[in-house]
Amino acid sequence: MGTVLLAALVSGATSGILAVLLVVAERYLADYGTCVVDINGGSKRLEVQGGKTLLATLMQEGIFIPSACGGRGTCAYCKVKVREGGPPVAPTETALLAAADLAASVRLSCQVKVRNGLAIEIPESLFLVKQFTGVVERIRDLTHDIKGLRIRLVDPPAIEFTPGQYVQLETPVYGDNPEPVYRAYSIASPPSDREHVELIVRLAPGGICTTWVFTLLKEGDTIRFNGPHGEFRLSDTDAEMVWIAGGSGMAPFWSIARHMREKGIQRKATYFFGAVKPRDLFLVDELRQLEKELPSFRFVPALSGAEGDGWDGEKGLITDVVGRHVEGGAAKEGYLCGSGGMIDASVKVLVAKGVPQERIYYDKFT
Amino acid sequence: MTPDTPAVGLLVILISAALTDNILLTRFLGMCSYLAISRQIKSSLGLGLAVTFVNTVTCALNAALYRYVLEPLGLHTSLKLILFIVVIAATVQLIEMVIERVSLPLYYALGVFLPLITVNCAILGTSLFMVNKGLDVVQSTVYGLGSGLGWMLAIVLLAGIRQRLKTAQVPRGLEGPGISLIITGIMALAFVAFTGMIQS
Repeated sequence: MGTVLLAALVSGATSGILAVLLVVAERYLADYGTCVVDINGGSKRLEVQGGKTLLATLMQEGIFIPSACGGRGTCAYCKVKVREGGPPVAPTETALLAAADLAASVRLSCQVKVRNGLAIEIPESLFLVKQFTGVVERIRDLTHDIKGLRIRLVDPPAIEFTPGQYVQLETPVYGDNPEPVYRAYSIASPPSDREHVELIVRLAPGGICTTWVFTLLKEGDTIRFNGPHGEFRLSDTDAEMVWIAGGSGMAPFWSIARHMREKGIQRKATYFFGAVKPRDLFLVDELRQLEKELPSFRFVPALSGAEGDGWDGEKGLITDVVGRHVEGGAAKEGYLCGSGGMIDASVKVLVAKGVPQERIYYDKFT
Repeated sequence: MTPDTPAVGLLVILISAALTDNILLTRFLGMCSYLAISRQIKSSLGLGLAVTFVNTVTCALNAALYRYVLEPLGLHTSLKLILFIVVIAATVQLIEMVIERVSLPLYYALGVFLPLITVNCAILGTSLFMVNKGLDVVQSTVYGLGSGLGWMLAIVLLAGIRQRLKTAQVPRGLEGPGISLIITGIMALAFVAFTGMIQS
């Protein structure tokens, strides 16, 4: 018995002494003092305590760089251009950055430690990105596999965004999901509704986030997300627009369409929405109503597998339907949101119809 | 050559640890980082120096811990392994901090292998052998230094050979670790020649 106690005491004492030694060393050796981080050539200057990663440092200063893996160097979302002062490229970075990225001094901000002054470049829009906490106010079944979430913002209580942008929804730890993961969802509500955010989630079998939304999330639950992100938005021109979407690709257009109604924007737009069966369609009545209020707006739902369902609307693949309707594409702009395959096929059709490639904007699901 | 004076004794310990009793080439300890960081002489030299330093320091600390704490208390058999590892882990942490502060290029060149020195079996092996050999604290320190230098010698030799091999046509199935292990085997054979150097 005495030996056991003595052994425990000796082990504890030895480990304790070493721990104290390390803490003292860290205090003096890992003290990098105050470092200045210059963002976008002087547009913002941060005086920060060195020693942490760039990602963590910026987050502490309220600048949220998108990151899905939580700073462990696996997702490659947190890319930042480090113009000056960056340390050598770590092996964890070379594995995830393309040669073009490295040549342009793009780095993973979670792998770059702030040890000295840095000059970095980030998109200005990231200054507006915030971490939000909200409460799920309503969950609505839009179709058999698509749900609409309405979230009331709590902290901060309001959001500012451009219609077409997305947020990153945090899926908390549950079941087999060992760590929070982030998934991007376009905002479906108009920006005038500043206290709410609506998202449209389609069930992806086996998907971590969608499984959580479909099986565990309840009205009244607290939910966290950051945003707004993304460059998908209406251009500043007056050109006639062709919108193409499928499934939950509805979200950004539902936001844009309501925004146009509120602002009385009379820009010509034809919205092609592709689905398989009538049961896959949603928000049809609302969009028909919108057609009446905005004479320049047309909604064209198209079903590819509606034989025998009594469907008298457009039939066929969305690409064929677009091909039949769109003429004189040279003066038009394309806006697309949906799965990668659908977007690639639709871009081809639009280009064939004469729509200039650089005026086709899309938000591809990955 | 017999250990007549303390100084000669220490020299014998140093040389035998580095050459005749080379931890890598006679006992094949510390192979993982040896194979992984031996592409360039520069980084293998850096890792070799780090290992040598850690080895010397941990041997001294572990010898002191063993002789003055564990042995008098009768805990030397039960706690030896655990406490040696704790001491090694703490020392490596400390050295990682120092290198990060002093030489960033070396820090990045060593990458993940710096923390991995903690589990480099050559380090723990040296500490355990020094106990088996019944060395005192000063002798152990010298033994640790010699053993580390021997490890460094082996990895730098391999890196030098591998650098030259870049232009050689190695059969495809032997590229990388395969040919490195064959080279290591030949080097080990060569080191057998040192055996007769010291008669103890």
